Amino acid sequence: MVALATRPAATEPTVGTALDVRHVDHGFVLHGDYLPVLEDVSFQAAPGEFVALLGPSGCGKSTLLRLVAGLDQPRSGQLLVDGETVAGPDPSRVVVFQDPTLYPWRTVWRNASLGLETRGLLKHHKQRVDDALELVGLEKFARAFPHQLSGGMAQRASLARALVNDPRLLILDEPLGKLDSLTRLAMQGELTRLWQARGFTVLMVTHDVEEALLLANRVLVFSDRPARLRADLAVPLDFPRHRDHPELLRLRREALGLLGMAQDW
Amino acid sequence: MTTIAETAPARSSGAVRAGDGARPHSLGLLAVAGLLWLGVAALVLAWPDTQELERTGTLGGIALVLAAGLLSAALAGRFSERAASIGRAAPWLVALALAIAAWEIVTAKLDLLPLPFFPSPQAFVEVYTDDWRRLGDSLLNSVLLLARGFVIGAAVGFAIGVALGWSPRVGYWIHPIMRVVGPLPATAWLPLAFFIFPTSGSASTFLIALATAFPLIVLTWSGVASVSTSYYDVARTLGASPRFLILKVAIPAALPHVFVGLFMGLGSSFAVLVVAEMLGVKSGLGWYLQWAQGWAAYANMYGALLVMALMCSTLITLLFRLRDRLLAWQKGLVKW
Repeated sequence: MVALATRPAATEPTVGTALDVRHVDHGFVLHGDYLPVLEDVSFQAAPGEFVALLGPSGCGKSTLLRLVAGLDQPRSGQLLVDGETVAGPDPSRVVVFQDPTLYPWRTVWRNASLGLETRGLLKHHKQRVDDALELVGLEKFARAFPHQLSGGMAQRASLARALVNDPRLLILDEPLGKLDSLTRLAMQGELTRLWQARGFTVLMVTHDVEEALLLANRVLVFSDRPARLRADLAVPLDFPRHRDHPELLRLRREALGLLGMAQDW
Repeated sequence: MTTIAETAPARSSGAVRAGDGARPHSLGLLAVAGLLWLGVAALVLAWPDTQELERTGTLGGIALVLAAGLLSAALAGRFSERAASIGRAAPWLVALALAIAAWEIVTAKLDLLPLPFFPSPQAFVEVYTDDWRRLGDSLLNSVLLLARGFVIGAAVGFAIGVALGWSPRVGYWIHPIMRVVGPLPATAWLPLAFFIFPTSGSASTFLIALATAFPLIVLTWSGVASVSTSYYDVARTLGASPRFLILKVAIPAALPHVFVGLFMGLGSSFAVLVVAEMLGVKSGLGWYLQWAQGWAAYANMYGALLVMALMCSTLITLLFRLRDRLLAWQKGLVKW
């Protein structure tokens, strides 16, 4: 919060947060039965690290993200951000959801400025909204309404809405999952560029093995529900990465094997 | 990029179609309408009345002025877009001229229809030229009463609807009351209201407010309750307070529902207004209707009905204008 108030422009590098997840259990009560979703999940992320969470669809990765964001509280276990327990949502930990969830009654600009408005900072920081929109290439569409945008543009607008807050931890819930493959490639490049320029920590859920390996420093592979941590793969490659790098192909085989797909590939 | 370019022409296609395509044809028709109205004026003024009537000259004068206006518009339409735009109404103006001529012939000229149930066009004109003061006064009183009741009902209904949609505790107490009492037509409260309230005016205000509030409560409530939880999640991760969630997320998201509720509430408030004015209030258009009927002044009754129709239509139009302004972000709005 202090950093936000004193930082003049949104383009300076930010220091990412450290994340420590300790023995987290979580689940839901469905028709009277308890349905375990996360079982004894523990991992750490260093400041500025890009960690991808990989697992079968519906295994509970998004639930884990909601806990990290502070939208829900775990049944047991601890989530620490910079050593402090996550008690609720905080603008320093911003979520980009799978759907852009822009407010249809607000223009792109007013959507992007949402985080500043909630905290009463908008009046003196309008420039940050313009900067964020420029960063994602939407400066010409500031006055457009969401229904006038294509899927990729809407997702970029929601990314701008997150970046305006100068997040120290960016939580991405399959943000590229619904985009066409070309837009997706372009946005993967943009994400890497932004992350390298800003230095925030990223926690990204995906079920695309290649995407995880292209973007992340580490890939955490989860089992099917209830999600347990199966493997923690380091991806020691420089950026920009190449899809057909031999090490990346080897890691891909390994990750697919962990997901039970080895035979098919 | 492409989406904006693609949607833009689709949205304005209505205006494009109404503009150039219909223009040359309707200018000719506009001239025909002008000539027909000239014929109406000649018919009214030259053919002596069989019935005893006072405002034949005025009616003829109105027809003459209309004819002159239409003919000059037909001429000016070649040069002026605005004059040409009247051409869209040309078919209606032709039909009206024929209808008025027929009406004039069977009433004033030949006296074929029984009086006082079928007054002539000039008797209709006479209502406005001779009784405009009382009619205008009635209109003003109706509008004031309606506005008071509607504004109170809308404000209370909106507040209750938001509270119901937002807070389960409020829902626990209000919901059963609303389910039992809400569907009761507001007019059923009429005898009680006139008994409880000190004046018939305050009783009517209460009834109109009641009629407005019920549909608005239900629709505002369902609007707020159906707001996607992901909208709240987004705002919460960005640091929104509960106040922000209600004012800046729940209410704007529910506005399309709210306007449906306002529309329905306005409709039922008209009904209550007329009934209340007929039974208790000693002024207003509903009272005027009753009064005119008591004197068997059917021309006055029709005249008041027309004024009332215009009032209701205007108010609904204003409501839709307001909606179009506030919900400009929405696609595919119903046109009024």
